[in-house]
Amino acid sequence: MLFLIKKLSSLATVVFGVLLLTFLLIHLVPGDPVEVMLGESASTADRAALRADLGLNQPLVKQFGSYLVKLSNGDFGSSIHTKTPIIETIKARYPATVKLAVLALLIGISIGVPMGIYAALKANHWQDIVVTLVSVRLSAMPAFWLGPMLMLIFAVWLGWLPVSGMDSNASIILPALTLGFGLSAILTRMTRTSLLEVLNDDYIRTARAKGLTEKTVILRHALRAALLPIITIVGLQMGSLLAGTVITETIFSWDGIGRLLVESIEKRDYPVTQACVLMVALSYVVVNLVTDVLYRLADPRVKFA
Amino acid sequence: MKKFATTILLFWLAAVLLGRLFQLNPNAINLNAILSTPSFTYLLGADDLGRSVLARLLRGVEVSFMVSITVTVITMLLGVCVGLFAGFYGGKVDRVLMQITDVFLAFPGILLAIAFAAVLGPGLVNLMIALSITGWVSYARLTRGQALGLRNRQHVLAAESLGASVPRLIFKHILPLLTSILVVEATYSLASVMIAEASLSFLGLGIQAPNASWGAMLRDGVRYMLIAPHYVLIVGLSLMSLILAINLGGDYLRDKLDVRIEQ
Repeated sequence: MLFLIKKLSSLATVVFGVLLLTFLLIHLVPGDPVEVMLGESASTADRAALRADLGLNQPLVKQFGSYLVKLSNGDFGSSIHTKTPIIETIKARYPATVKLAVLALLIGISIGVPMGIYAALKANHWQDIVVTLVSVRLSAMPAFWLGPMLMLIFAVWLGWLPVSGMDSNASIILPALTLGFGLSAILTRMTRTSLLEVLNDDYIRTARAKGLTEKTVILRHALRAALLPIITIVGLQMGSLLAGTVITETIFSWDGIGRLLVESIEKRDYPVTQACVLMVALSYVVVNLVTDVLYRLADPRVKFA
Repeated sequence: MKKFATTILLFWLAAVLLGRLFQLNPNAINLNAILSTPSFTYLLGADDLGRSVLARLLRGVEVSFMVSITVTVITMLLGVCVGLFAGFYGGKVDRVLMQITDVFLAFPGILLAIAFAAVLGPGLVNLMIALSITGWVSYARLTRGQALGLRNRQHVLAAESLGASVPRLIFKHILPLLTSILVVEATYSLASVMIAEASLSFLGLGIQAPNASWGAMLRDGVRYMLIAPHYVLIVGLSLMSLILAINLGGDYLRDKLDVRIEQ
């Protein structure tokens, strides 16, 4: 409990900083943000209206204050382009991103963990070397490389899957693979290292000595302990997964929050940009908190922060 | 591993120099050669405006190296200064600075760089600013951790008791011990800045047309994938060779130099 309170209080400062930084974004626009957003042809009345609407004619501190108050009421302001409340667009787009990220996570785990176990059991044999080599190199490849390559192979050449869009259920497979592969590569390495470490422990020798089958020793005794650090890795990787959605959604025309971000940048719809950045960053903060709590629940040895 | 990395890097270096020597023009448009497959005139084919893919790849890699080296130097200087300061003084200074880095780290991956590039507007200089604002954090963290441990080492304490000034302590007694770690970190950040630059250019936030960049070429390749798959494939394979080579080189350097200091 004490841990949670401590954690939450340090989190509060981070969240405050995140809010401040996203708030300041719009003030970093070179020149007059209103002119940049509306274009030079906009009438003086339109400009004045937008300026008043965004509160840009008020002192900075007051602006930040009202920004916070609005946010706490779930009000992200409205889009300059469509004039609709941003919260509605986010509500419509966010589930698609979550769906994609969760599927990518599942793919990453279901490829990475078994491969890691396999590599650990075959440690220093050629199978291990191949798996490790592939996973090390694969994790270095960015989404904007992997995505087009998968698209080229599975959609254009083999024709098995749709190129892009969200029309069929199969549309999610390629973007999810793009995101999941990188994660699986990292998980393979981590599972291998962590399992190898555990396999040298005394209690594993005991388990073997009392005549348990190799399967029981690995799955029941070794894997349980070995998977603990994996929780942290998965949590940390959720961050790059979330950031990766921006690129992946753009490649595959997946209508999630990442694509919304890129679209808003192209239209210079800065309030929407601001809201998207904030949503992704806050999601990351929450995922990290959940990971930390889960880790502590899973490992009885870690009690205090 | 080392051979492979050096070969690839030297290959690209030679290619860039040869391209300059033969004065390949990355912006020469030939409307008769639009999206043409590799041939004798266009060794790697032509893009959607009939420009030589080879010439554009070479100019792209030049710009890419220029950006990553500049950004790496700026972020390293900035991050190391902050890190040394925080690690040396500790206490309140340290806490405040680390809170600030925490805020930057709360934005996953290149999200913050995307946000900065978005508001600053596209272009080479803004791209480098965006990448520098967000890139110093990892150096600050790394340096701070090391400096914290080195601060109370006996040779530092001895120098301090002999009356050495703070700059002397920091620059003569602490910083030299960090060199190898920073060199290794720099190779990795070279690769990651390169990827970040390409990502931003891919999203249309980085280097602007008609200037060549690998990210933008990859995006065009995706756009014309159905009619000219060779374009995206060539750009993709080139990018892969370069990233692999830099990473392998980084691994090699790390194995050679890694003398991480226990905290």
